[in-house]
Amino acid sequence: MFAILKREMQNYFTSPIGYIFLAVFYFFAGMFFSSVLYSNTTDITYVFSSLFTVLIFIIPLLTMRSMSEDKKQKTDQLLLTSPLNLTGLVIGKFLAAFLMYCIALAVTVVYALILATFAAPEWTVVVGNIFGALILGAALISIGVFISSLTENQLIAAVGSFAVMMFIMMIDGFASLIPVDFISNIILSLSFMSRYEDFVAGILNISNVLFFVSIAVVFIFLTVRVLEKRRWS
Amino acid sequence: MIEVTNLTKTYGNKRAVDNISFVVNQGEILGFLGPNGAGKSTTMNILTGYISSTSGSAKIDGKDILEDPIAAKKHIGYLPEHPPLYLDMTVQEYLEFVYQLKKARQPMKEHIDDICRRIKITNVQKRIIKNLSKGYQQRVGLAQALIGNPEVLILDEPTVGLDPKQIIEIRNLIKNLGKRHTIILSSHILPEVQAVCDRVIVINKGKLVADDTAENLSRNLSDDFRYIARVEGPEDEVQKLLSTIGGMKEVQSLGEKESGVYEFSLEAEPGSDIRRELFKRLAERNYPLLGLKSTELTLEDIFLQLTQDTGNPTSTDGGAQ
Repeated sequence: MFAILKREMQNYFTSPIGYIFLAVFYFFAGMFFSSVLYSNTTDITYVFSSLFTVLIFIIPLLTMRSMSEDKKQKTDQLLLTSPLNLTGLVIGKFLAAFLMYCIALAVTVVYALILATFAAPEWTVVVGNIFGALILGAALISIGVFISSLTENQLIAAVGSFAVMMFIMMIDGFASLIPVDFISNIILSLSFMSRYEDFVAGILNISNVLFFVSIAVVFIFLTVRVLEKRRWS
Repeated sequence: MIEVTNLTKTYGNKRAVDNISFVVNQGEILGFLGPNGAGKSTTMNILTGYISSTSGSAKIDGKDILEDPIAAKKHIGYLPEHPPLYLDMTVQEYLEFVYQLKKARQPMKEHIDDICRRIKITNVQKRIIKNLSKGYQQRVGLAQALIGNPEVLILDEPTVGLDPKQIIEIRNLIKNLGKRHTIILSSHILPEVQAVCDRVIVINKGKLVADDTAENLSRNLSDDFRYIARVEGPEDEVQKLLSTIGGMKEVQSLGEKESGVYEFSLEAEPGSDIRRELFKRLAERNYPLLGLKSTELTLEDIFLQLTQDTGNPTSTDGGAQ
């Protein structure tokens, strides 16, 4: 697992993908932060609430090749014939993408520290926001890794993940179109957006935490199943 | 060391591997011979746990590859048909990655350096794999299989893409490795298998058609009893004359090659030497024998023989008869 993690991290930085991901993230986060500075507030939550949309676009960059590239280059033959279980393999891939995401997100800590030089921000809200963004990222990354395992083409993986994440973002809108309350409530309960907004608003709801963590676990599990199934077909 | 029982793999309704069983003993080099698409790679992929079998079992050192995959895989070094290289890494980085992946216990730097020396890739150790030639990439693939000193090496067409000098080097290397490792090696080149392997398994269309030592196979199958003769004289008469030679099985005219000179393909009964008799008969009748050469059996001929001439498809007596 650590061998995989290490290699994937190396790969992010030997190819342009890692740099592009970080650059795009820092650019938008920086833009949001500058508007926080403009409005003379220490309320950093605007950065986090806007991040959601950016993540939808750049998480697929991180995950598009994580499984598909191995299949295409036949390096999966090395990985799958090594004394390594599939779960370890998938978690290694997942953690590498997640670590990249953490590196990106770390910049918000810097923002908070900058704000702290002016006046003390609400630290609990800041920590809650960062935590929310972390587990939201974990959920999105696991979905991206899963989609990447379905194809051997990175582009299809990227576009597929992007489409799915767009759908996730717009799910609240769909829910309001459905006249049956029961069904629209079910759809709403799957909304990433509204759950994430709880974190942004400073509410730490255990059910939201569980939701994102379970999404991550479920999709890691499904990815393992996809790999497993490929051997049997 | 390796025990394969009734292995079958079906894709849809196509049987890629059909009920194959064999055993490889410790320290043996087993050749896997078959034309393209015979099921060699599929069998190897099943043995290494890359794909699963539809039925039957494969055991490495007593551990079933499906039931106890991690324990079984620890004993295997695998070089697939297409070496599984990360093209963006240097050779050194790649081998270190494989070392960690396989959780090898030898001291890392010495182990990798030692393998690079043996495979002769020390001079490219710092280079990015993408920029290496096919031959070097193949060797890096072989180096990868050796990491961790696995007891079993499974090599799928290890000499493909190498130049003749490298082929000889790699063959010698494999022979040397055979002293310490159990090796399965696949190839569609008959002389290669003969040169390297102690035992040969021939498969065709997923079925095992022969399992024998290399010597037996070559004795029974190779060029000892098939000849092309070039004789000056009337075609029909010469053909009749040749057919009467004791031990002759079949005579076929291949047509006129020069004016008045005909070529005949001769097939003798296995084990009987017709050459002296042939010379005497032709000399008696004053038909000059202008040429006589033994013909090389191609792999296809061997398959034809093995699949058509043997009643029992899994004959173990090298049965080419």
